[in-house]
This record gives sequence, C-alpha cells and structure tokens, in this order.
Amino acid sequence: MDLERPLPTPITPECRPYWEGARDGKLMIPKCRACGKPFMYPRVACPFCASRDVGWVQATGRGKLFSFEIAHQILNKAFKVKTPVVLAMVELEEGPRILTNLVGVAPDPKQIRCDMPVEVCFEKLTDQVSLPMFRPVGGGAR
Amino acid sequence: MSDLAKMRELSSSVCIVGVDESDELGTLPGKSQLSLHVEAITNAVRDAGLKVSDVDGIFTAGQHSPATIGEAIGVVPRYVDGTTVGGCSFIIMVGHAVLALHHGLCDVAVVSHGESGRSGVGVSPRRDTALPGQFEFPYGFGGAPTYFGLITTRHMHEHGTTLEQWAQVAVSTRKWAALNPKARNRDPLTVKDVLDSRPVVWPFNILNICLVTDAGGAVVLTRADRAKDCAKRPVYVRGAGEGSEHVMLTQMRDLTFSEATRRSGEKAFAMAGVKGTDFDHIMLYDAFTSGPPLMLEALGLAKRGEGVHFFAEGRSTPGGKLPINTNGGGLSYTHSGMYGIFPIIEATRQLRHECGARQVPNTKLSLVNGMGGMLSAAGTLVLSNER
Repeated sequence: MDLERPLPTPITPECRPYWEGARDGKLMIPKCRACGKPFMYPRVACPFCASRDVGWVQATGRGKLFSFEIAHQILNKAFKVKTPVVLAMVELEEGPRILTNLVGVAPDPKQIRCDMPVEVCFEKLTDQVSLPMFRPVGGGAR
Repeated sequence: MSDLAKMRELSSSVCIVGVDESDELGTLPGKSQLSLHVEAITNAVRDAGLKVSDVDGIFTAGQHSPATIGEAIGVVPRYVDGTTVGGCSFIIMVGHAVLALHHGLCDVAVVSHGESGRSGVGVSPRRDTALPGQFEFPYGFGGAPTYFGLITTRHMHEHGTTLEQWAQVAVSTRKWAALNPKARNRDPLTVKDVLDSRPVVWPFNILNICLVTDAGGAVVLTRADRAKDCAKRPVYVRGAGEGSEHVMLTQMRDLTFSEATRRSGEKAFAMAGVKGTDFDHIMLYDAFTSGPPLMLEALGLAKRGEGVHFFAEGRSTPGGKLPINTNGGGLSYTHSGMYGIFPIIEATRQLRHECGARQVPNTKLSLVNGMGGMLSAAGTLVLSNER
C-alpha cells in the first residue's frame, strides 16, 4: 500500500464517528444537545457550554473558504502529493472551521479568494478511510 | 484590595539583573540542547555578578523540565516552573518569577532556554499529535509556516495588506541585524529581495520566515532591594501579563486578531500603569514577517490592519522614532524554535545602554511581546531602567 498522504493517526475514540461518516461519504460533526451549537473538533463536552450531552449531525457539506495558502514544499515526508497544493481553512455553513485541501482549482492566488463558496468531496485513501476535501461550488476552474 | 492594586504592588518589585546567550549561536552540531541551557545560565549569572549557587528558582520551557536544568547546574531549587505554552513561555515566566520572588518563595530566579533547533543534538522527537495527526497532517499541514500562512492570507483579505508590506518588516529588521555582531544574516536586504526569494508557502517566501538555529539564552532576576548589589544597572519589571487562547488554529476565535496577545498586553500595561504610546523601544516575536504587525494591532498600539505602517517610512529602523526588534529578530539574528528569551535579553541590554552601534539613544521604557504557537498564547513585559 503506497499512500500519497499520511492516514489520520491516531483515530481517537471521540473522533471515530467523524471518520466513519467520512468513509461513508458523509460529513458528520458533533452538536451540543443542550445549547444547540455544532462544533469541531469532536470532544466529550461542548466547548461553548460545557454540557456533556453531545450528539452528532450530518453537515450539509457547504461552506466558505475562510483562508488558504499554497504550499510549494511540505515538511512531512509521508505527504507525497505533488506540490503546489492548496491548504485551506473552511468555515462550514453550520459554523465550525476545519483544515482541509482545496481541490478542483488551479494553485494560483489569483484564482482563489477568501469567502468563495465551497462544497465537500471525499478522497478515498483506503477501504476504511476517506478524507473530506473541498472544491469550489459549481466545480470552479476545473 | 482591588485586583489592580494587587497587580500594581508587584510592579518594579523585581529586577532583571543578568542576561546572556549561549557561548555561540547558529549551527552548533557539537553542542547538545542541554549544554546550550547550561552555557546561557552560567553566562547570565556571571553577567549579574552572582554565582550559580545563588540560584534557587528555576524556570524553563520546552523539552527539558526545570528538574533537569537544576540537576545540570548542580542546584537544588526552592522553586520550579515548567509552564510550556510555546515560544513565549519565557516571557510569561518572567511574570511568574516576579510573583515567586516578591513573595519570598525564591531569591534568585533564572529563566532558561536552550534549543538545538537546527542540528537536533540531544533532542527528543516526541510530540502530542493526537489532534493534528487526524485533522491536519493528512492535508499537508505541519510546520509553523503552514499555519501562520492562513492567518496572513485572511489578514490580506480583510484589511488589504500586501506582500510588499510584509516584506518591509524583514527589511527593517535586517537593518538592525547589520548592527549586531551576533546576528546570523547581516547583508543588506530590499523588498524586492524578499519578494523574489524562494516560495515556501504562499504568501510566504523564505525571507518572510525566521531562521532556524541552535541557541540558548537566560535571564536572571532578583528583588529590587537585592538588585542594587548586582554587577549591572537593574532593569525593573514594571508590568507582566499572559494570555492563552487556543492550540488548534481552527479554534482561534478571530483569525486575524490574537485574543491571547490582547489580554497579555492589557494586564502588563495595567500593572505598569502605562499606555501603548509610552514606549520608546519595542521587541516583538518575529517568527514571520506578518507577526509583529498583528501583535501591534492586538496590543492596541495600531488599529486593525494598520500594524504594517510601523515598519514603513523608516519608523522602526535605526534612527527611526520607534525602534522595533533591534537585535535583528528571529528573522535575521537567531531563532532556535522557542525564541521568547531573546527579546527579553535585547530589551535589557538596550535599557542598560550597552548595545554599541545599535543602541537606541536614551531609551527608558521597553515593550516585550511574544507569541506561543500560532498567536495561541502570549506574554507581554513592560521593562524600564527607572522604577
């Protein structure tokens, strides 16, 4: 098995529903049942109200590109995707922000702008692991 | 007694009496990380006119615990502190040392840093990667530029800041490095040089990013009454503040404004009874060219989006009205990884008026501010050669 990317490691117990959802093509995020706010990353208590009553919901997969950068070199030797690669922070429609890659667009700062609408897509790494990625809504400059 | 009155009681009760680096800075494959600590401590204690056996409070951050440092210098400490919240930990620890010294929990405190950041000699590779291993590394994140780049891009989007403006920070800092014999990179630098340098992670080229070196540094403190008997002019810790907001960049509430920095500054200024406009010398943690402008904004010295103006038109350079990063900074002097000890050392030397060609004339009040992680934690000091 020769992977282009490091697998998510270690998958911690409180994050397992996120990764099981991704495997099945769903973006699952934790949501506090007490205050109603969704959040990321997964944890056993709500970061807004400290309630331990935390459940999971499927996110729409839509959001906006909150920020980005274009990596011309990658320090992690286990990451072998050909550079330049667009590293991104996406703000989900539900509120939480996650780090990801922006795909389906030229790695050129003139082609990409903060706040552009993006949607989730999944890259299958193994039978058990798929990685949520984002692309411009409507396919962008594919 | 109000909170403010309690803080004010600490102001100027403790002095920095000794500072120094390790014997050498730079590429040092022949020295372990622990040796860099020990060199810096013995040098700084000598600078203070004290003996290593006088030290009874040990403060350090990073891979070695204060127990290791105490053992290495042959001291059984009365007080230890190993708060590790990133590169600003040493700045925060000056505040912790003030508290411990003021209340008599120790008499002579040393804040120590040693890091074989370039050569990796005597370094432990272990790190807590449970969250970044899942949510960041699979996407190519890892290494500080891949996080600070996101902060910088968003700042450009929100405030219209430009690559040229970030480059001016590197140019200003290099002008100071040219005057510091200990600085690693001293050749003249232009905005064009920065813009034409090797791309690493847009918006950063290599000259937007700090050095990676091997270095140690230490700061010795004691109560003001005892400081009078030390070798050098005492530097009063008039104010100290700390803040800690996040670790994962996705958890930063406002990506272009550091809440940790704001809080650290607010506390330090209140304790000292000063305003942001009072300073005549400033040291800011410059791991990236965009760092210092954002720190000035979070500290309230600049409006949001306008921190870059401090580095334009020669304000921050030698001969300018408000000198910033007079040692040449992490960008051009040295940056071992946890840089925070070095701005304290430089501010102390400036306030003692012992900086030779780079001395800021008549400087009296210095601001030291540093970040830990990606603007995640912060420490601020108000230092003065007057009480």
